[in-house]
Amino acid sequence: MRESEILEKIRSSPGYPSRERFIKGPVCVIECPEEIPCDPCSQVCPFEAIDVGRPITNLPKLIEDRCTGCGLCITACPGLAIFVVNLNYSPGEASISMPYEFLPLPDVGQQVEMLNREGSYVCKGRIVRVNEGEDHTRVVTVAVPKEFYEHARGIKLISGKVR
Amino acid sequence: MDAELSVIGSGPAGLSAAIESAKYGVRVELIDENILPGGQLFKQIHKFFGSKKHYAGVRGYDIGWRLLREAEDAKVNIRLNTTVWGIFQSSNNRIGLFDQQRVFFSKPKRLVIATGATENPLSFPGSTLPGVMGAGAVQTMMNIHRVLPGRRVLMVGAGNVGLIVSYQLLQAGAEVAAVVEAMPKIGGYLVHALKLMRTGVPILTSHTVLEARGDKEVESAVIASLDKDCRIVKGSEKELDVDLVCLAVGLKPDAELCRMLGCGFTYVPFLGGRVPIHNEDMETTIPGVYVAGDVSGVEEASVAMEEGRLAGISVAESLGYISEGEAEKEKDEIKERLRDFRIGPFGSPRQEGKDKILTEYKRWFSNEGKRDS
Ligand SMILES: Cc1cc2nc3c(=O)[nH]c(=O)nc-3n(C[C@H](O)[C@H](O)[C@H](O)COP(=O)(O)OP(=O)(O)OC[C@H]3O[C@@H](n4cnc5c(N)ncnc54)[C@H](O)[C@@H]3O)c2cc1C
Ligand code: SF4
Ligand code: SF4
Repeated sequence: MRESEILEKIRSSPGYPSRERFIKGPVCVIECPEEIPCDPCSQVCPFEAIDVGRPITNLPKLIEDRCTGCGLCITACPGLAIFVVNLNYSPGEASISMPYEFLPLPDVGQQVEMLNREGSYVCKGRIVRVNEGEDHTRVVTVAVPKEFYEHARGIKLISGKVR
Repeated sequence: MDAELSVIGSGPAGLSAAIESAKYGVRVELIDENILPGGQLFKQIHKFFGSKKHYAGVRGYDIGWRLLREAEDAKVNIRLNTTVWGIFQSSNNRIGLFDQQRVFFSKPKRLVIATGATENPLSFPGSTLPGVMGAGAVQTMMNIHRVLPGRRVLMVGAGNVGLIVSYQLLQAGAEVAAVVEAMPKIGGYLVHALKLMRTGVPILTSHTVLEARGDKEVESAVIASLDKDCRIVKGSEKELDVDLVCLAVGLKPDAELCRMLGCGFTYVPFLGGRVPIHNEDMETTIPGVYVAGDVSGVEEASVAMEEGRLAGISVAESLGYISEGEAEKEKDEIKERLRDFRIGPFGSPRQEGKDKILTEYKRWFSNEGKRDS
């Protein structure tokens, strides 16, 4: 499947923030566009910014003005489908926080290659934070040039291995 | 003293059935041929989907531990290393067991068969070479015994099992050269596919494995693309340098015991093929014999747990441990949750399958004449 096709599908789901919301700062991006029986994202959010309701196969809906970008939902999602994007990380960069379940962990400051949803190279990135996270799921935050905020979703450690 | 209920298989379905009936006072024995209880759960190192009630977001093995603790609290008698090799309807569903030392029999009043599923094979030149194995075996070696069965892998099948096991292979340090899928689209959940794709693993739809090559073990594999009619596109063959070909091409109910017992069967492709006919309480066409989990149609652990609970409550009810009214209330809640699970593009074909099984159940007894209990 192509990146454009996947992004199209994700953008038209109720979990994807609007451009206006992205501009305001850190926000949760839910990339879960299929009706699967799952709802921990909605249970964990302290601000009730994600709604699944009943039946449990409903698509998760982001109530974007309630979301603070706290990132709690990232590790709660068993599908590893939630990211937090901060378009205002620095004048030229956006930051993307994502779940990470591989070893070794990257180091803060390390240069990495960013891949998109179909596994193709997008841009260089710089690790800016590595959090312990919950239950063996770490949260890694990467700074990337602003224009790639919608595309950079995977990390490849330059040291060699595809990760 | 013989148990009132024997539950065969200690996966999520069997554990739940045993816990639920024991809670109401039924004397339960839980039997498994493995040296550890838990069925598939202890291989599942990923976080499960579902709702809070089903431990969503909890890793499979942690769900296993929780269920085991509940079973112990409910005083379920767990008998491991013991295979049930036969059930005999002619002698009131007497079961034959083998505990690695002796063969013996027992005659519980009720039976829950929760034996899970078996993997489908696939044959192609080289498929008998060491290094070609099922996803279940790969998972067991890697996640239970901590042995990595290969360094560079070709995964065959992009259903949830193929996608999840590929991801787990990456976590264990292997490289996944590609996932090939004969269908034109990915069968599993997109979220599982995406977590694999964004590490750079290609998922090749409309592709199949043609051959595994190697002298004594797999050294490479040949893949090719398929056209609309599933014919190999000439000239599209490609040889991949791999030492493991992992097959994840579907599961089917492990219903040998039901077959031996003479249970009625029906064919439901979306639930893994031939499944034992059962009613809403999970009772088969043989009175007193229940099924739950993958053996009654391949779905997932959350469904297996709910079906196990249903069977457990029904057994407690049929033995007089709970009133009909109380049982109905409990069962209705479970049935509602099960219906909720079976909505949407992935769920509704399963709901249709389950509906067909219920219809077949009714037809079975109208054909057989009156049901004798
Ligand atoms: C890779 C993979 C990923 C999965 N991911 C998920 C997920 O994310 N979420 C989810 O909900 N589900 C998931 N599942 C599905 C889930 O594991 C199964 O649906 C579930 O385990 C079925 O439970 P069960 O109790 O029916 O069978 P099992 O767990 O298979 O247990 C059957 C037990 O019966 C025993 N047994 C069989 N025959 C006999 C006999 N004759 N005598 C004695 N013992 C016997 C076996 O040893 C086994 O322990 C996944 C499955 C796989 C393979
Ligand atoms: S980032 Fe925080 S506030 Fe936003 S949806 Fe997730 S948990 Fe809720
Ligand atoms: S927890 Fe993740 S996989 Fe589950 S519904 Fe929410 S976003 Fe989708």
